[in-house]
Amino acid sequence: MYLDIIILVVLLLASLWTVMTRSILRSAIGLALTSVILSIVMFRLNSPLAAVFELSVCAGLISVLFVSTISITQPYTTEEILKRMKDMFARFRFLPLIIIVSAIGLAFVSIKPVINLPPPEAIKDARVMLWNVRGFDVMGQILILLTGVFGIVILFKEGLKK
Amino acid sequence: MSSEVINLFFYYGFFVVMLFIIGIYCVLATFNLIRALIGLEILIKAVTLLLIAVGYVTAHEALAQSLVITLIVIEAVVITISVGVVVGIHSYNKSLDVRKIRNLKG
Repeated sequence: MYLDIIILVVLLLASLWTVMTRSILRSAIGLALTSVILSIVMFRLNSPLAAVFELSVCAGLISVLFVSTISITQPYTTEEILKRMKDMFARFRFLPLIIIVSAIGLAFVSIKPVINLPPPEAIKDARVMLWNVRGFDVMGQILILLTGVFGIVILFKEGLKK
Repeated sequence: MSSEVINLFFYYGFFVVMLFIIGIYCVLATFNLIRALIGLEILIKAVTLLLIAVGYVTAHEALAQSLVITLIVIEAVVITISVGVVVGIHSYNKSLDVRKIRNLKG
């Protein structure tokens, strides 16, 4: 249990660094680091398939998307980052304080609900659950993927026309 | 199911709330569109952690994993479309600052 808590604290620190770092490229790298630590948590909680998805899609694909977007847009030059440092620090300086106060508040709140756990499920394989039990939802996923593809096609088509 | 597992779930719930606070603060406090998307990602990661923890506690890991896979697919599509919109906004306005995007004002 102590190892789990240490990993969760590292996850929290990585997400704090992601939000509070000044360079937006470092922020994207911190997001990938958060995904990697979250996939370690998933491996420890007996969910290896979801962990592999998290590692490959969130830490890989989405980080590449963010880094390429940053390189396309080039939001700020170094001088602009230096100029905005004070403004950024002023806006985000309250975040660690809010985290510490809410952590202390949550630690003192003693919630003891009666949890009636359901019986363990019969299907233990995630692949059987995904393809056989939730087959209709997979159709919805495919439709959402097609929506994404057509959305990107339309966005870049409009860009070419201009 | 032992009480130790339920205690573990409360630890995970504690960190889920912390992650959620970080994500909401990032979305609310930033003026940069890419950083707002990163805050949205952190919010989605909090939900992912909660789903996995609930699946572990209730011994429904297979269902939780399939739900998380669906969530990750939808997350990737949402981020891809959002990034496309952000690139479009940048090519039109030459800026990602939300204070300068006032084309729809009024």
